[in-house]
Amino acid sequence: MRELTFREALNEALDEELARDPNVFLMGEEVGAYDGAYKVSRGLLKKYGPKRVIDSPISELGFVGLGVGAAMMGLRPVIEVMTWNFALLALDQIANTAAKMRYMSGGALSCPITIRGPNGAAHSLAAQHSQWFEPQYAYYPGLKVIVPGTPADAKGLLKSAIRDPDPCIFMESELLYPTKGLVPEGEYLVPIGKADIKREGKDCTVVAWGRALGIALEGAEMLAKEGIDCEVVDLRTIRPLDEETLVQSVRKTGACVILEEGWPYFNAGAQISDIVQRACFDILDSPVIRVTGADVPMPYSKALEKLARASAESVVAGVKVALNVRS
Amino acid sequence: MAQRTNSLAEKLDREALLKMYRQLVLIRRFEERCAQQYSLQKIAGFCHLYNGQEAVAVGVEAAMRPDDYLVTAYRDHGQVLARGTPPGPVMAELFGKATGVAKGKGGSMHLYDIPRNMYGGWGIVGAQIPLALGMAYASKYKGEDRVTVCLFGEAAVNQGAFHEALNMAALWKVPAVFICENNRYGMGTPITVSSAVTDVYKRASAYDIPGVWCDGMDTLHTYEVVYEAVERARRGEGPTLIEARTYRFRGHSMSDPGTYRTREEVEEERKKDPIPKLRAFILSKKRAKEEELDQIHEEVEKEVEEAIRFADESPWPEPSELYTDVYVDPIWPEKVHA
Repeated sequence: MRELTFREALNEALDEELARDPNVFLMGEEVGAYDGAYKVSRGLLKKYGPKRVIDSPISELGFVGLGVGAAMMGLRPVIEVMTWNFALLALDQIANTAAKMRYMSGGALSCPITIRGPNGAAHSLAAQHSQWFEPQYAYYPGLKVIVPGTPADAKGLLKSAIRDPDPCIFMESELLYPTKGLVPEGEYLVPIGKADIKREGKDCTVVAWGRALGIALEGAEMLAKEGIDCEVVDLRTIRPLDEETLVQSVRKTGACVILEEGWPYFNAGAQISDIVQRACFDILDSPVIRVTGADVPMPYSKALEKLARASAESVVAGVKVALNVRS
Repeated sequence: MAQRTNSLAEKLDREALLKMYRQLVLIRRFEERCAQQYSLQKIAGFCHLYNGQEAVAVGVEAAMRPDDYLVTAYRDHGQVLARGTPPGPVMAELFGKATGVAKGKGGSMHLYDIPRNMYGGWGIVGAQIPLALGMAYASKYKGEDRVTVCLFGEAAVNQGAFHEALNMAALWKVPAVFICENNRYGMGTPITVSSAVTDVYKRASAYDIPGVWCDGMDTLHTYEVVYEAVERARRGEGPTLIEARTYRFRGHSMSDPGTYRTREEVEEERKKDPIPKLRAFILSKKRAKEEELDQIHEEVEKEVEEAIRFADESPWPEPSELYTDVYVDPIWPEKVHA
């Protein structure tokens, strides 16, 4: 293992899958000559040529639909959306076509597409470029929604997504791209739908995914200094959701805090909370606590933006509420 | 420009002409019986009949190779029958039965027959156009010489999906033919109310691809124009936009009484019925006798009757089918649904 950035880990996954399977191609805005808007596809056009790495026009509905149609015909398209904010324009092809074609055709069709790109806020990009979309896609039966939080998971899950026979929504993060971690070399697959305990602990379960994982771990370290021992469960996949690992952890610790960066209403945390309270009602000593972003469009000003975002401090506060500990 | 009739239709042999005639009659009779079965509540939901537009599906089918791909919108009964799917499983799908082409999970708007290269059956206006782009893109990617033919109504050309897909289809010269079935009404809204440009074929100029129209009430003219476009695509020369000018004799769907059209207009269009038109051609060219054509009607009558019987007697889907076909790899344990 060597240390790679999240961005390099994704690049390596794409590189390996392009090399492995001639049916894999990468298409999206700026993925080729520009090396990717966020440089995830750096060097791939040069290595694989314009048949395999294709610059698309700015037509999200059109090129996502192209990918869905090509996947229906047995290819393995990887469609990059420059950010998930722009994929709203393609939602019809994802929710109405990709997610439903297998069911509507009675199993005659399938759609092995991977649609990927950065999700969530970076810094000072204001409301239209700072949104978390995972609950929206997790709502649709037929889709799988993958949100890795470490470079190793990014590599292993992207490779699994590309090989998966069903449509996969793969959500990255601009803020994670430069972060580093140990990543296995060569063939490394992380199964879709398996959570991972990133920090073991006995007092309280903190559930997170994607970039929120780092925030949760940071909060857990702060709490450790106060003698509170958190277990951090990284869901990694929102749909399918690894209920077993989640419930086992909460049954062990007896308390649950869910950290999500997006808005509170109808976010994934609401579903997770429902699962936890039903499975762990007998052992919970306090309600499941949700730590989220503020219920407002993201403001531009740094002064306001930081107030709108979930933080390690808010995790600390949430865990103390769950454990009924006075600050 | 309107592409004029050349001699292609003249070269069609007796067998090909009788096949086309049979398809027209089958679709017409199938749809008439669908209307009846709908009123008997054997068919439910949205049901968009194809009466009047049969020349398009049949002309298109004649112009395609069996291994070419077809994709269309929700007015899809005619296309799946033209591709050769037996009427029994199609009727069974409309009845919601387990023996339907999609096991009763799709219904009227979602008819598929993948072995016959019929790829649906899609319910959102214009959404099948980017899908067709991807299908044709895949053919080019794989190096196949198979063409994708995409059908859509004239209302779909005002969707962004149409323009995005045509731009990329032209840019990358994919082997696709885009055929607009212009029946002049998007549900109840006439094209003159919805579109700044009512000659749909002219929209091809925006993407510098050929734009042609054909008489969509004339099976042979449709065949000739589509054939040219399909072969052009097969030669790698890129996509064509065809406007097939047609008319639906019935309402938009079974729930539409069609009060936005005058009785005179509908009567006038009914005079252009594609079935007598092809019949007259066949008889004038002495490719078949009256009695032979009459016999086709009789055979089709029985075939559709048999399809209804098949659908009626078929079982409903098992409750266990509710959760199948959501994923290739099922993701949820059963307990979640308990």
